[in-house]
Amino acid sequence: MTEFIVKRLLQALLVLAVMTVLVFFGVNVIGNPVYIFASSECDQPCLDAIIKDLGLDRPIWEQYWVFIGNLLQGDLGNSFTHGVPAMSLIWQRLPATLELAFCALVIALTVGLPLGVAAGLRPTHWTSRVIMGFSMIAFSVPIFWIGLIMIIVFSVSLGWMPAVGRGDTVDILGVDLSLFTLDGLHHLAMPAFTLSLIMMAMVIRLTRAGMREVLFSDYIKFARANGIRERRILTLHVMRNILIPIVTVLGMEFGGVIAFAVVVESIFSWPGVGKMLIDAIAVLDRPLIVAYLIFVVIMFVTLNLITDIIYSLLDPRVRLGGNSS
Amino acid sequence: MNYRMSWLLAASIAIASPTFALAQDVLTIGVRSEAASMDPHWTQLSGDTQVQEHIFERLVGLSPTSQPIPGLAVSWAPIDETTWEFKLREGVKWHDGEDFTADDVIFTYDRLRAGVSGAPASPAFQLEKGGKQWTKVDDFTLRITTEGPYPTMAEDLAMLPIIAEHAASGVEPSVDFNTGQAAIGTGPYMFEEYSPGSQITVKKFADYWGGEPHWDQVVFRPVGQDSARLAALLNGDVDMIDYPPTIDIPQLLEDPNFVVSTIPADRLIYIIPGYKHIEPFITDAEGNPMVPNPLRDWRVRKALSLSINRDAIRDRIMGGASLPAKNIVPPGFFGYVEGLEADAYDPEQAQALLAQAGYGDGFNVTLHGPNDRYINDARILEAIAQMWSRVGVTTEVDAMPRNVFFSRLIRGDELSMPGFDVPEFSIALTGWGTVAGEATYTVSGTLETYNAVTGGGNGNFGRYSNTEVDARSVLAKRTIDNDTRRAILEEAITIGMEDYAYIPVHFQVNQWGMKASLTHEPRTNERTRAMDVRRVE
Repeated sequence: MTEFIVKRLLQALLVLAVMTVLVFFGVNVIGNPVYIFASSECDQPCLDAIIKDLGLDRPIWEQYWVFIGNLLQGDLGNSFTHGVPAMSLIWQRLPATLELAFCALVIALTVGLPLGVAAGLRPTHWTSRVIMGFSMIAFSVPIFWIGLIMIIVFSVSLGWMPAVGRGDTVDILGVDLSLFTLDGLHHLAMPAFTLSLIMMAMVIRLTRAGMREVLFSDYIKFARANGIRERRILTLHVMRNILIPIVTVLGMEFGGVIAFAVVVESIFSWPGVGKMLIDAIAVLDRPLIVAYLIFVVIMFVTLNLITDIIYSLLDPRVRLGGNSS
Repeated sequence: MNYRMSWLLAASIAIASPTFALAQDVLTIGVRSEAASMDPHWTQLSGDTQVQEHIFERLVGLSPTSQPIPGLAVSWAPIDETTWEFKLREGVKWHDGEDFTADDVIFTYDRLRAGVSGAPASPAFQLEKGGKQWTKVDDFTLRITTEGPYPTMAEDLAMLPIIAEHAASGVEPSVDFNTGQAAIGTGPYMFEEYSPGSQITVKKFADYWGGEPHWDQVVFRPVGQDSARLAALLNGDVDMIDYPPTIDIPQLLEDPNFVVSTIPADRLIYIIPGYKHIEPFITDAEGNPMVPNPLRDWRVRKALSLSINRDAIRDRIMGGASLPAKNIVPPGFFGYVEGLEADAYDPEQAQALLAQAGYGDGFNVTLHGPNDRYINDARILEAIAQMWSRVGVTTEVDAMPRNVFFSRLIRGDELSMPGFDVPEFSIALTGWGTVAGEATYTVSGTLETYNAVTGGGNGNFGRYSNTEVDARSVLAKRTIDNDTRRAILEEAITIGMEDYAYIPVHFQVNQWGMKASLTHEPRTNERTRAMDVRRVE
């Protein structure tokens, strides 16, 4: 296990190094942020002064070395737009995104698993067709459309839900969370549900497929022949086996949800990191873009590692590191 | 924080039901762009300044049509060719109770002169314009000297927010303002909370020199998505929004629960033709660049202007919210030329002019433009392309995000002349905001010949050059007397625009949507301020 983790971390460092090169040079190709920020009154000496102040007059590889040097000291630079350290902006906004993603995951599982089981148990029943139809729609309809329709229906027409923003927060261990206030949950409901739809559809389909496969396997038949109650078979034997692919996929998907909850955050003006990234790209706030993408790489690597560990706990046959002898 | 938030909630519920007339009167505004910093010297972007203006003031204020009015200075006058004297307002208090004096102004200037490092949009980068030197005469008198005559001093100072020496000495830029520590101003509202992405709140400053402010608290909530911002207004999450989506304006106007306020903006949307001998995106039927570039012929430029149906763009694309233009500053601005009317749609005359110029068979152009910068920019581009194609100038549109567009517009062809701004596009749609309410810098920026040393023509991306305009523009920049300068500017504008130096399309029109219980005095400079909003009695 330790060896596996060490190996994984080394791989992660390599990925990180490659990423810094890609991101740094990629961002520099897009355009020059100076022309976005400078006012129209700014003439050429003024433009040159700004370029010099930001260090953009130096050759790109030199900028890269400066960047790497600062990175090794844990400094990812200051945002051009906000003038505060890029990482502090990310930390400030991350709780909002995390709680949104977490709620979406919970909704996806609590709704998706039972529906998937139901669909898997009676695949030809009309309910199962409805469920599969729903998952198809959730999968294929663009979520920005669903989000807007939800706003129009529940906020504007019915007036039940707030249209935008995050609700009241409480400070829990230094982190502002809106998950524990009534107003917070009220604000969370629509964006979290919208964000959960794709995951939910995936959970339904994976559960159903898993059910179909596992229900006909020998050990289930054997368990049934042994006279074990159906409920126990389902919860213990079937569930445990179908959860493995679900955990794997959700682990990867969850990373994506955190990193790029952009659409949902934009529609509901959720003050999370996804919206911050989009705003940063629009004005070419290079330090913020780079810091965020590097942060995302680290997050993905960590999530994959955690997924692998959970995987091995769920299925003892899986030995991390692949050395079974 | 939770306590305050629940307070806020309680207050807003109370306001919703008029029987509970409570002490707290809160105004919640849904804004398109968020203030990125509370440091008033960090940027000059409209989204930042509109919030900062509640807290910080300038020596010179701006009227709704952006004309200079007394702010922290009560009066100003030139005492000789190169010196301006400003009399400061007495009895002004900072939010923490200290007195405002000339030392604060000098401190502000010194901070800017030292530069705000890492802030690409800081006004510090334009501070040195005219070689200004500030000296304190006494606690309430200041003199500013310049290298040469400098007529637009008041306009310049209307862009410089004054910060407190005792609160902002030695603080870290941006960071310490966002916490509120250094965000001590003289304005009608005080800093309360800055919560990025979520909301910014300011509260009433009861000792404001201009009288007690109308609102106890003002909340700015950033809602970038147009339709979500409108939804937030419709369901009562916010009391007022800026930039209601143009397509929904008719619906808002019909609804008795809401009202819309409107004023022409200082932002001109126009098309810049390229004036190089050969332009890469202007080609003949075979796709070869044309020699000479047809856009150099004013008849061709006029034809392009005549073939744009500006009324159709206003009615079909802008939801009625645009002001077709030939002027380069909006009505009410210093330098607006009466009688310079937008070209009427006349495709026949356009075709005749093209034929006269020898392009009866037309030619091909690629029209570049942004697709996320100006209101409905991509749709305007497409409409114009169709209108031009109809008169024989086959037009292809290349719209791109602003982060790519502006680099290429200003310096896209840099390799042909390293280190200099060399524009890339042959014909492009862009916008120009006359922030100062005064046409001197607009004439100098867009009509004067490009000159990297003097800064003339810094927004002249087509590289138009006309000695008649240049002479007047340079003269205007040295003429202190307002009436003389106005006459010179009007001449320069008339000459340039009759020559179709560029092709104006329209002025954007600023709109705000709000509950019918509110009334708003709109501003040309796009800023959304609580000071302009009242409750209808």
